Order: sequence, then structure tokens, then C-alpha cells
Amino acid sequence: MEYEVLKFIWWLLIGVLFIGFAVTDGFDMGVGSLLKVLGKTDDERRVMINSVAPHWDGNQVWLITAGGALFAAWPPVYATAFSGFYLAMMVVLMALFLRPIGFDYRSKLDNPQWRSNWDWALTIGSSVPPLIIGVAFGNLLLGVPFHFTEILAIQYTGSFFALLNPFALLCGVLSLLMFVGQGSSYLQMKTTDQLLARAQQLSQYLGLICAALFVLAGLWLWLAIPGYVVTGGLDISANASAVNKTVAIEAGAWLANYGRWPLLLLIPLLGILGFLGLSFFSWRKNGWAAFISSSLALSSVILTIGVSMFPFVLPSSSNPNHSLTMWDATSTQTTLMIMFVVVCIFVPIVLSYTAWTYFKMRGRLTTADIQNNSHSLY
Amino acid sequence: MLDVIELSRLQFAMTAMYHFIFVPLTLGLAVILAIMESVYVMTGKEIYRDMTKFWGKLFGINFALGVTTGIAMEFQFGTNWSYYSHYVGDVFGAPLAIEGLMAFFLESTLVGMFFFGWERFSKRQHLAITWLMALGTNLSALWILIANGWMQYPVGAEFNYETMRMEMQSFAEVVFSPVAQVKFVHTVSAGYTTGAMFVLAISSYYLLKGRDLPFARRSFAIASAFGLASVLSVIVLGDESGYELGDVQKVKLAAIESEWETQPAPAAFTLVGLPNQAEQRTDAAIKIPYMMGLIATRSTTEEIMGLKDLLVIHEERIRSGMQAVELLTELRAGNDTAENRAAFDLVKEDLGYGWLLMPFTDDIPNASEEQIQLAVQSSIPKVAPLFWSFRIMVGCGFIMLVLIAFAFYHSAKRTEQIPPWLLKALLFGLPLPWIASEAGWFVAEYGRQPWAVGELLPTSVAASSLSVSQLLISMVAITLLYTVFIVIEMWLMVHFTKKGPASLHTGKYHGEALATTESSKGA
Ligand code: HDD
Ligand code: HEM
Ligand code: HEM
Repeated sequence: MEYEVLKFIWWLLIGVLFIGFAVTDGFDMGVGSLLKVLGKTDDERRVMINSVAPHWDGNQVWLITAGGALFAAWPPVYATAFSGFYLAMMVVLMALFLRPIGFDYRSKLDNPQWRSNWDWALTIGSSVPPLIIGVAFGNLLLGVPFHFTEILAIQYTGSFFALLNPFALLCGVLSLLMFVGQGSSYLQMKTTDQLLARAQQLSQYLGLICAALFVLAGLWLWLAIPGYVVTGGLDISANASAVNKTVAIEAGAWLANYGRWPLLLLIPLLGILGFLGLSFFSWRKNGWAAFISSSLALSSVILTIGVSMFPFVLPSSSNPNHSLTMWDATSTQTTLMIMFVVVCIFVPIVLSYTAWTYFKMRGRLTTADIQNNSHSLY
Repeated sequence: MLDVIELSRLQFAMTAMYHFIFVPLTLGLAVILAIMESVYVMTGKEIYRDMTKFWGKLFGINFALGVTTGIAMEFQFGTNWSYYSHYVGDVFGAPLAIEGLMAFFLESTLVGMFFFGWERFSKRQHLAITWLMALGTNLSALWILIANGWMQYPVGAEFNYETMRMEMQSFAEVVFSPVAQVKFVHTVSAGYTTGAMFVLAISSYYLLKGRDLPFARRSFAIASAFGLASVLSVIVLGDESGYELGDVQKVKLAAIESEWETQPAPAAFTLVGLPNQAEQRTDAAIKIPYMMGLIATRSTTEEIMGLKDLLVIHEERIRSGMQAVELLTELRAGNDTAENRAAFDLVKEDLGYGWLLMPFTDDIPNASEEQIQLAVQSSIPKVAPLFWSFRIMVGCGFIMLVLIAFAFYHSAKRTEQIPPWLLKALLFGLPLPWIASEAGWFVAEYGRQPWAVGELLPTSVAASSLSVSQLLISMVAITLLYTVFIVIEMWLMVHFTKKGPASLHTGKYHGEALATTESSKGA
């Protein structure tokens, strides 16, 4: 296969992995974030936890695999993003630490204080990662201060607090709320009674707020945030490092791709429709449709970021020429090809057994189920 | 004061060793659970289902921390070793990504079904789930050890000066690397041994207390048979690791043995002694003739090279590496004439050796004699820690062999009363497999120093450009969290061990008649 075709496929595949993460781990993080918000009694909180209990671990592997795939397909991106955002990354990791043990240990003892502490741990573990991941994506759009040395060692020159600028925070809040919406629409499919009613109510607001924030972020991007364009020196079929091209910063450049291919505007449009659908179907008490709309919205938001920045993945604000693009930050053709074959074999297998497990675990959970299986459930 | 490199090493070592507290138990218990459940499905006896569920509970408590600490590992290459990630990602990233796709998805998706699927799946389906979960953990070990095997002994890759990185030439060579293979079998059997010792120790506790006897006897029997096979293979395959080292990591082998001089064949094995790095000799050594030669070369005629001779070779390679660094600078500055390229190709194998000078000078091609000597001295790891941790691992291995052999003997003979001394020894022997595993990893990883990737990339070049304060913040926070986690984990383990199978609330086990409202509600 041609090298540039492979590079493009990998750009899509990384997107697919992030979407897989947002759609699946998104709902269990959403449920975790809502634990103290929607669950009024211990039994209700256990319903929430057990609605995701059989699946959260498998879901989280989307994130882990996305990390591994970045390493294999875009090593400089893996290296630069994670070392550059070092402390932010550490906060994400430490928040993620709290989830596996939170889920597993919380209901092992009957002590209310114990359980309440773990509820907080689950809330933090589930809400901090989407918040910070959103902030990180906001900063990608703004450009990140880094450059390469002569032997291509990465020098990051920003600070932790510079990450917390208004635009990035807006992206963070949007990211958190859309994960929460994903969780509350999932709960509409898995719960009954009071809990169900609360989830329906909350989802209606969330859909509208997310739609508004998404539009706001789009306008901000269009009007106030300059984008990056490659001006020369980029050979898309070459095995080259990211320091050989020239890049300019231009107002409105992040929207240039939509000018070139207007059909792409459908993607952000679907995002808005998805959020509105979440509100609408929650109002109509159709949990399935609400969940599908929310998933559509999440996928579209991620694709929108990808398409707006294309071909950039990690623009450098301090030395734009060193920006990483999906043409010049990839592994070799050999590695991309090997990994592509592996993906073609394993992704269908993973998807089929995952679907099977969701099918076998289908159905709503009630507080009565919790009381009757108090010892075998979380 | 510690510098960035040392702190990064410390942080990686700490998180990896912590991860490996949970990993071996997951590896071993998963297989033991699958065996127990197979017996249940074949015989239909409920006690075997209860065994699967009870040991499964302990498995779950351990598994949660295995996942937690694994997440940190997955991202730490990028956060703390960014030059490393960039330099070898083309080769090293692949097994890591494959591990996610092939192993983590399988084990993590099915672990949920293992715990929550008892009622939703047929007996056979559930058994299949348990076996596949065990398969997942083993596949995960396979791929991560292929990755680790490659950094110990990099094969199938080539340096490209234009992209400044190692590039994959042969994936098959990476996957079928002999180092990866011996590492995999040795490490996985270490995990099995850990699982077996765990079940043996806790069953012995019940037998000593005279409670839940049928349950404990059956667990004891399964674990002792499985354990005997595992501990034998860990020892045989450990010997295989030693043989492989003699082939590809001569420095590590010589350091483990504190071999300063090249011995005439067949070399003697230093049983104990006091390594003396400054004077380059081993004091008070007790030696067994011929042993070393047999272990490392499987012959009585081949020599084993000592550290002093290895240092001489290193000095030559550092000098040639200085040229490599100089030519590389030329090439990257645009002077990529055919002549320069040909000259570089001759010495590029030694580029990493040239970089060993990085901590001592900014101007590598013109390093002084003194700086070269410093780099030469830094080209081997400290001998004493390696020498001793290796002996600790091997010692633990032989003690476990004896204990498990006795356990197997009594369980095979169906002795009425297993002697209490043996039960006590097994109970107090519980930490042995962990001590051995941590010592083993220490040998493997510390013995790789000063290289992050064997003879290619010095650890001192591999780190991210972080500040000391960033590292201190992350270290302190991780240490605090990890300490809290392990205290909670141990407490839960002890709590559920004490409750025993009664924690399943089937109404059949020790202490259940006494069950109070408090303990009947906890899960
Ligand atoms: C020999 C075995 C072995 C070794 C050397 C390592 N691991 Fe591990 N890892 C496992 C064997 C394992 C396992 C048995 O598969 C675990 C342990 C407990 C568990 O839940 O799965 C696991 C869990 C685990 C997870 C969580 C997966 C999940 O959600 O199910 C991640 C992301 C990693 N590991 C990553 C790593 C990395 C990046 C390592 C290298 C530095 C590493 N592990 C060393
Ligand atoms: C889980 C079992 C493991 C343990 C207990 C372990 C232990 C250690 C120790 C003690 C060090 C510090 C060595 C030193 O700097 O002196 C270290 C460093 C390191 N290990 Fe491991 N290790 C494990 C698995 C792995 C695996 C599987 C990989 C790679 C796939 C790996 C990659 C590294 C790296 C990149 C470093 C830091 C750089 C270096 O010091 O060379 N480790 N590890
Ligand atoms: C008794 C005889 C044993 C011998 C001769 C032996 C030999 C070795 C050697 C030579 C290494 C270093 C391999 C390398 O650096 O590449 C090693 C590593 C290791 N050993 Fe052992 N070992 C023995 C017992 C054990 C036992 C009983 C355990 C644990 C239950 C264990 C666990 C490990 C682990 C986890 C590693 C690190 C992974 C690896 O490098 O394979 N070993 N062993």
C-alpha cells in the first residue's frame, strides 16, 4: 500500500480509537460523575455502579489502546504530548487510578463512610479525565510551545498554568458535560423509576447546554483563533522527520478545510443535531435514541477537531515549522502496515465479543435486584 | 541532589515494581481459577464452583490494583522517556499497541463477565470465559515481554540518521527474539508459582485453624500440583535465561557473577562473595568449579568474558562512537555526501557508545582522555546489588521448590494430617515468590544499565526534558496514593481471607451459623 494512503488510514484509525473511548468509556465516566448527583440512596448508587460494572474495564481499554496506538503509529506525538503536558497527564493518570479500585472495593464493606469515600473517588476519577482531556484538545487548537533540538529531543517551553486559558477551559467543560450526557443517556436504558426520571430530566438540559457550548467554541475558533497552514517542504509520501517543512500561522486557517470541501460542514452540523437529539429523545423518554444521539454527537465533536486541524495533530506555537502533522509524525511504512494488518484482524474480533457481552448483560437494573444480590454485585 | 535522570529512573522503577506486585498473582490465579472451574464443570460438584468464586474474590481485589498500576505504565514512556519514545517508537510501540488490542481487551472485557455472568451464561460458556480471561493475561505478558526483550537486546531494526530513530526492519525478528521468548516463559511461570504459593499459604492457614477442611484440602491439592510444575519450570527456565545472557548480555552475566577476570574454560561459579567495584575484584569468594561454564555456555570449553575485558572492548567502542557522533552531526548539518554516509555506516553501531559521553561533556567528538575513562567506568552497572539480588531470587526459588514438593507429596498421598510445620512454613513462605520476582526484575533491569535500549541508547539520553520540581511533585503524589492503595488492598485481602468461603454467603461454610447482621450484608 502507498505510504501516504497508510498515513491517512492511520489518521482515521486514531480517530476511531478516540471515538471508541468517548462513546464507551464516556458513558461509564458519565455515570461515575453523576453518582452523587443522581443517586440519592445507597441502593440507587449501587444501581448506577452496577449498570456499568461488567463493562467499564473493557471500555477503558479503548483509552489504553489509543495510547499504545499513538506510540506505535505517531511516536513523536506520543512523546511530545505526554511529556509536554506532564503534570496535567499525571493528574489524569492519578484520577484514573481511582476508578478500578473504586468500582471493585466500594461495596465490599457495609460501612457508610467507606462507601461515601469511594463514591467521591469514583466521582473524581470519572470527571477529572474528561475535563483535562478537553482542556488538552483546546490547547492543541491554540498551538503548544515546543520545538526539537538537533538530535530531535523534544523541548517543551510552556507551563502547567498556561494550559488553563479561557478557550481551553471552555473545551474542557464541553468535554466533561458531553461525557456526563453520555452517562445520563446510558442510565435511561438501564434504570427504572426515580433514577430513570432524574436521568431523563438531566439529559434534556445537558443536550441543550452542550449544543450551545459547541457552537460557542466553533465561533470562538472561527473569529479569534489563528490556525496553521503548511507553506512548503512537506513531502507526504516521504519518511521524513517533522522539522523539514515550513508552516505559517493565519487567521481563520482552522476553518479552511471546510471552505475547500463544504460537505465537511455536515460533521459539526451532526454534532449539533446529536446534542439536540439527546435533549429531544430524553424528553420523549426514548433512552435508546437519546444514547445513539449522544454517541453521534461525541463522535462528531472529535471528528470536527480532527478535520479542522487536518493535517496537523500537534501544532507548535513557538516554532511552527516543527509542528507535527499526520504526514510527517508517523512511523515507517513497515510499521504502519504491520499495525494495519493487526487492526484489521483484531478490531472485528474485539467488537464482536464486546457486542456479545453487552447483549448478554442487557436489561434494566432495579433497586430490588441490588437487594436480592447484595453479595455478588458491586 | 537527585537529577532528572535519576528521578525518572526512580519513578519508573517504583511504579513498575509496584505493578509487578499484582501482575504475578493475576497471572497465576487466573489459571488456577480456570482449573478449579474446569473441575466443577466436569464433576458438577458445587464445592469447586465455590472455590472458583472465593479465590475469584481475592483475584478481583488484586486485579483492580493490577489495572490501576498498569495504566500508569502505559503512559509513562511518553511522559518520562520522551526521547526514548521518539527514538524507538517505530519498533517498541508496536508490541505495546498489539498488547492492547489482543490481550487487554480480552482480559478486561471478560473479567466483567467472569464476575457478573454466573447467572447469564451457561456453565460451559462461563468456563470458556474464565479460560479466555486467563489466556488474555498470558497474552498480555507475552507482548509486554517482547517489548522488554527488545530493549534488552534490540534486533530487527536499523538506525536512520534522517529521521533520527531506529526503524523496523523485521517484525518477525522482534517477535521471535530469543531473549523475549526466555523472558516470557520464565516470567509467566514465576506468575504461576506466585498463584500456587498464594493458594497454598491461605489453604494452609485454614488447615492449621481446622476450619473449612474439605474446601481447603481441595484448594491445597490443586495448588500443590500446579505449583510443582510451575516452580520446576521457573527454575529450569531461569537457567535458560542465564544461558541466553551468556550469549547476548555478557555484561549483565559477568556482573551477576561478579566476574572481573575472564576465566579459562570451564569457569567456576561464585556461590557467595563480596563484590568490590573500586578495586575490581570479589573478596571472600566461595566458588564451585565448572558450574558457571555449564550454566552460561552449556560447554566445558568456551570462555566467559570478565568485566575487565569487557571494559576494554567498551573503551574501543566509545572511541569509535565519538567518530559516529561527529559524522552524524555532519550528516544532519546537510553534508550528506556518499563518503560521509559510508564512513558513518562503518561506525554507526557505536553511536550509542559515543553518547555514553553525554553526561561528561558537551563536545563528544573532542572528549578528553579523562572523560573517556569516566564514560568507560559508567558502561557497566554496579555489581554488588546485581550479585545479591540474583542470589536472593535463586534462593527463594529453591526454598519454594522444597516446600511445594513436600506439599505435593502429602496431597498426592492423601495424608490424613499434613504436618503442621509444613503448613506453617507454607503460610510464612507467602512472600517468597514476590521477593523472587522483584529481585528478578531488578536483575533484569538494573543489569541493563547504563542502557535504556541495549548498546543503542543510554538511559541518560532517553529521558524527557522535565524539571526536577515536576518530577518531585509526581513522585510524591504517586508515592502517597500507592501507599494508601496498598494499605487498603492488604487490609481487604486479610479481611476476606479471614472470612474465608463464608464470604460467599452460601450458608455452608465456617462461621456462617454465627453470621451477624453486620457481616451478612457486606458483599
Ligand atoms: C509479565 C507480565 C507483565 C508485565 C511485565 C507488565 N504487565 Fe501490565 N499487566 C499484566 C502483565 C504485565 C497483566 C497480568 O495482564 C495485568 C496485571 C493485572 C491486570 O489487571 O492485568 C496488567 C495490567 C496492565 C494494564 C491495565 C490493563 C487493563 O485495563 O486490563 C496496563 C495498561 C498495563 N498492564 C501496561 C503495562 C506496561 C506498559 C508495562 C511495562 C512497562 C507492563 N504493563 C508490565
Ligand atoms: C513489571 C515488571 C518490571 C519491573 C519490576 C521493572 C523494574 C525496573 C527497574 C528496577 C528499573 C530501574 C532500573 C534503573 O534505572 O536502575 C526499570 C527501568 C525501566 N524499565 Fe523496567 N521493570 C519491569 C518491566 C518493564 C517492562 C516490561 C519494560 C518495557 C517494556 C520496562 C521498561 C523500563 C524502562 C523504559 C525503564 C527506565 C529506563 C531505564 O532505567 O533504563 N520495564 N524497571
Ligand atoms: C532458581 C533458579 C532461578 C534462576 C537460575 C533464575 C535466573 C534468572 C535470570 C538469569 C534472570 C535475568 C534475565 C534477564 O536479565 O534477562 C531472571 C529474571 C527474573 N526472574 Fe529468575 N531465576 C530463578 C528463579 C526465579 C524465581 C523462583 C522467580 C519468581 C517466582 C523468578 C522470577 C524472575 C523474574 C520476574 C525475572 C525478571 C524477568 C526476566 O528477565 O525474565 N526467578 N531469572
